[in-house]
Amino acid sequence: MRLIAIIPAYNEEATVGKVVAEIHSAMPEADVVVISDGSVDATASVAAASGAAVVNLPFNMGIGAAVQAGYRYAEQGGYDIAVQVDGDGQHDPSELAVIIGPVMAGNAEIVVGSRFIGRSDSDGFKSTRMRRIGISLFARVLSVMTGHRLTDPTSGFRACNRKTIRLFAQEYPDDYPEVESLLLAHLAGFRISEEPVKMRARGGGHSSITPIKSVYYMVKVMMVLFIWLVRKKPELEGRDA
Amino acid sequence: MHERIQIFSVIGSVGLLILIFELVRRRRLKEKYSLVWLFTSLALFAVSTIPGLLDSFGHAMGIYYSPTAFFILAFFFLTLIALQFSVVISKLSERNKTLSQEVALLKQRIEELEKKGR
Ligand SMILES: Nc1nc2c(ncn2[C@@H]2O[C@H](COP(=O)(O)OP(=O)(O)OP(=O)(O)O)[C@@H](O)[C@H]2O)c(=O)[nH]1
Ligand SMILES: [Mg+2]
Repeated sequence: MRLIAIIPAYNEEATVGKVVAEIHSAMPEADVVVISDGSVDATASVAAASGAAVVNLPFNMGIGAAVQAGYRYAEQGGYDIAVQVDGDGQHDPSELAVIIGPVMAGNAEIVVGSRFIGRSDSDGFKSTRMRRIGISLFARVLSVMTGHRLTDPTSGFRACNRKTIRLFAQEYPDDYPEVESLLLAHLAGFRISEEPVKMRARGGGHSSITPIKSVYYMVKVMMVLFIWLVRKKPELEGRDA
Repeated sequence: MHERIQIFSVIGSVGLLILIFELVRRRRLKEKYSLVWLFTSLALFAVSTIPGLLDSFGHAMGIYYSPTAFFILAFFFLTLIALQFSVVISKLSERNKTLSQEVALLKQRIEELEKKGR
């Protein structure tokens, strides 16, 4: 089993080094790749110094393009399992085993770490009230569309298997990709499940999501979800599809 | 609005709406760039169906001939879309330049490495 951790990081010099180190100590067998696209701070050099492979995109193309570059890296490197961890320190790498478990066991193609189920209900970082309302709206729509009970579809803390790596390498949304990518996986016939995790507040740096952007986020993602109802389903191309 | 032009503008804006929807569905148009078109066709559809809307818009602008108000509105939206295109094209050409430079620099570095490896 070859494991890769994909870390999207845009101007996260304050936190990305710690995230890489935490992944190394939680999962020494995993390789780590940091995707920085046009960061203007020391993100790339901090990540390289902490022992991660660094993919530097020449300009900022948004988190979707960055994460997809990570999945392409994973596909070309022949990895069996990929995990996605934010570079801002909000996800706790010591919980990686929790989300990898069901993928390893073959019980799901993709597992999302949710801060809204199980023991994570009590404490931990839950984001602002407005954001939680948006998240629960997405969660409801996506649960109906996929038939899986999903509570935290905007979470970027996830693990997936080789088939999903190949799908995402071929096809991944450009902007605000978290929710839509789950629908893509479902439409491709993959099983999605959630595991409880705790999240932390940002360790530094700035959120990419401003109030104006969150309005666009809602409109765009809702529209895209419904358009997928009438679109041709995504299919894995190529060998052993 | 005059009846005949109203029929044309309803058909036109509904046609535009369907066309945009189809393009997005077939993924020939990205959702991101479809939004401004959607707003445009919805606005045109609204003024051609909701009675009085176009007239009050026209009066507010000092235009007393409704079809002209309709064209002004369409012109306004098309100008916005054209402007968005110019902005996107500028960004793309800048990126195209950067990409070519990156590729050329990579090629040069690989050639250096190959020379050293030999
Ligand atoms: N490479 C790359 N990474 C990005 C980009 N935008 C966001 N990221 C990274 O994606 C991760 C999540 O982005 P955040 O801005 O923290 O979004 P969020 O976690 O949903 O929002 P907060 O809860 O406000 O932090 C972070 O590690 C960011 O550095 C981007 O354009 N390029
Ligand atoms: Mg964050």
